[in-house]
Formats: sequence, C-alpha cells, structure tokens
Amino acid sequence: MYSFSYHRPASVAEASDLIANAADGKLVAGGQTLLPTMKHRLASPSDVIDLGAIAELGGIVVNGNIVTIGAMTSHAEVAASGEVQEAIPALAALAGNIGDPAVRNRGTIGGSIANNDPAADYPAAIIALGATVRTNRREIAGEDFFTGMFETALEEDEIIVAVDFPRPEAAAYMKFENPASRYAMVGVFVARTGGGARAAVTGATDCAHRAYRMEEALAKDFSPTALADFEAPVDRMNADIHASAEYRAHLVRVMAQRAVAACA
Amino acid sequence: MKIDLTVNGQAASGEVEARTLLVDFLREQLRLTGTHVGCDTSQCGACVVMVDGKSVKSCTMLAAMAGGCDVTTIEGLANGAELHPMQQAFMDNHGLQCGFCTPGMVMSGLDIVNRHGRELDAATVRRELNGNICRCTGYQNIVKSIREGARAMGD
Repeated sequence: MYSFSYHRPASVAEASDLIANAADGKLVAGGQTLLPTMKHRLASPSDVIDLGAIAELGGIVVNGNIVTIGAMTSHAEVAASGEVQEAIPALAALAGNIGDPAVRNRGTIGGSIANNDPAADYPAAIIALGATVRTNRREIAGEDFFTGMFETALEEDEIIVAVDFPRPEAAAYMKFENPASRYAMVGVFVARTGGGARAAVTGATDCAHRAYRMEEALAKDFSPTALADFEAPVDRMNADIHASAEYRAHLVRVMAQRAVAACA
Repeated sequence: MKIDLTVNGQAASGEVEARTLLVDFLREQLRLTGTHVGCDTSQCGACVVMVDGKSVKSCTMLAAMAGGCDVTTIEGLANGAELHPMQQAFMDNHGLQCGFCTPGMVMSGLDIVNRHGRELDAATVRRELNGNICRCTGYQNIVKSIREGARAMGD
C-alpha cells in the first residue's frame, strides 16, 4: 500500500474539516473494503480519516416506528441487537450473514453503503424498507442514494451519520451467496409496509435497485405464486465466472419467492 | 507516528508508518510471530487476534487504528507453561496438521465461545468458522477441538 497521512478525529465536524482540506482524502469506517483496495494499490489516498473514534456515529436507537442505526455500527452489533431483532428481524439476519464473524466485527453499515458494492447486502434493505440516509448535511431517501456501480449520491466530503429504518409489517431478505466471498450473487429484500409491497434486488445488476414490476405483482397478491411468471431482464444482469446473466435472472425470481414466503 | 496500546495485558508502544498493518506491527516490531499471515486479503483468518475482546483480521486493520486498544494474540493465552484450555483441546484432539492456520482457529474458537457459550453444536462451530481456512482441510478435528475446548473453559 502506498503511504498516506492518518487522522483520527473525535467529532464529525473535525472529520468534515479534515476531508474538505485533504488533497485526495478518504474516510475509513471499518476498513474491510478500503484497506484491501489500498493493498492492491487500486486506491492511493493522500489522507485517511478514520471515523472509529467518533462516538456520535455509533449506537442503535428505536423511537416509535423508526430504528436508527449509527453509521459506525458494526454488522455484528446490528446482528446482535435485541432492538433490531425485535423491530426488523430481517435486518438483523442480513447483518449477521455479511462476510464472516471477524469481518462483521469491523465492517459498518455506513462503510458498506458509502462503498456501494454492487453485490453488497445492506443497499437492498435500505431501498426495500424505504430507509433514509442521514448525513452531516441532509437527508437522502434510500432509493435515491445508490446511483451506480460504487457510486452514491454522497458529495466527495459528505459524511453519513446514521440510517433511519421505518419498521415494516413484515420483511425478509434472501441471498444466494458466493460461497467464497459470501457476497450476494443475487439478493432480494422484500417488505410488506403500510405503504404497500416493496422489493429491492442486489448483486444482479450494476447497482442495487428497487424492483417496481415485482412490487406491482406483490401489490395484487403478496405470495410466492404471484411471482411465478416474474422474469428479470436478462440483458441487464451481471455475468461473470460465478454466474451467467440467465442464471442470475433465474435467481432473482427464486430469491424473491423465497423472501415472500419467509414473510408469512 | 507513535502508537500506544495494550498487548497481552502489557503496555506496548511503537513507531509505525500510517500504512503499517496491525499484524505487521505485532510480528515485526513486537516479535509476536504466533499471529500468521496466510492470505493477506482477509479471507483465511490465520491473522485473527482479539481487539477489545472482539475477533478481527489483523491484516485488515491498521496498527494506528489499534491505538488505545486492548489486543490479545495467541501468545497471550497460555498461563506460563500451562496451555489455555482451547489450546490444550487442539493438542489433545490433533486439531492441527501443518499448524499454520491454528493461531487464528484458536482465537476464532474463543470468539465463538464469547458469543455462543460453552455448549456448542458442530453446525454452529462450522458456520462461525467460515472466515478461517485450513488448507490441510483438517476441519473435522478443528471443530472437535473447539467444542471440547469450549466445554473445558468452564472447568
């Protein structure tokens, strides 16, 4: 890895100043993606600003029907949280199945969504649950946050503070995982909410996205059979050594049906 | 830059580059070479240590990030000549072949006990070990060792 300057601010305001003034700064949360990327010399920031000492970015709070998860909350903390397990069990289960236990102890929700890996798990939950991403400047609707492969609505020096999840009536996430990386080859998150059926797909295309046609089918009948004829667009699917586009399109339907079944 | 931390119960400090990985600081500067680097890409788990009581892959954490933390490595487990029950269980059950992955397996085993208690079924141990790879494929006895070590930790 190339050399860089390391900073460990104690507040979001201090981190904001550091990133704004760095020549080519990078914020690091748990570092489970950034550090491997830097080792491969695919990233070579001038300054690395570690958010690990900022207490205000941690913690899980349930307020009425909103579950707020601080950006620096680790996957392990979300998975083990009694509040999350009670309010949105599908979210706790999703967090508990990211990577492996040691990765979950370091990796964070804020880091995961800021990176927006096309096969990451959290983006599907944030879109399907209609969550809101709060930054040090504004609030961004979950479905507007993920804009493309490794691209988000975040400005260069904007910092995620927390994510607010509305409690659904029922929700489930099913992923067909790559057995080596445990990233989603395809993951589908479905939710039954006061505002109707919602669904989001990750791993299948260049970026996690809302699945409107799937939602239309589920609005009429929230059951696995409602998706029996659902066809994901093969021409938009990723294809690689792990799975062809046709196979991923097939997995979208199967994972969606399993997720709907798990909501019952 | 200078870092101060606690390693195996003792104060430790050192001059590191910002890019120094925790595992390199432990091995090269503190000469605690029990923690291994298998893959260097956070896949294999040979470098697992405890940081503030939680298992982490020390090849995927900067030494600087561990400033002020309490780190435990494989060297911190035994009490003098007396092995930790988890280490003893690996010895008793032939839980290692070449031994390269063993430090990480033992540390991850302790992390499993911390989160799941001392009565572990094989399926739980196998699932929780999915970030630790044994290239000799000696998983049968590793799982056996962790289950037995977990039970022995209460004695």
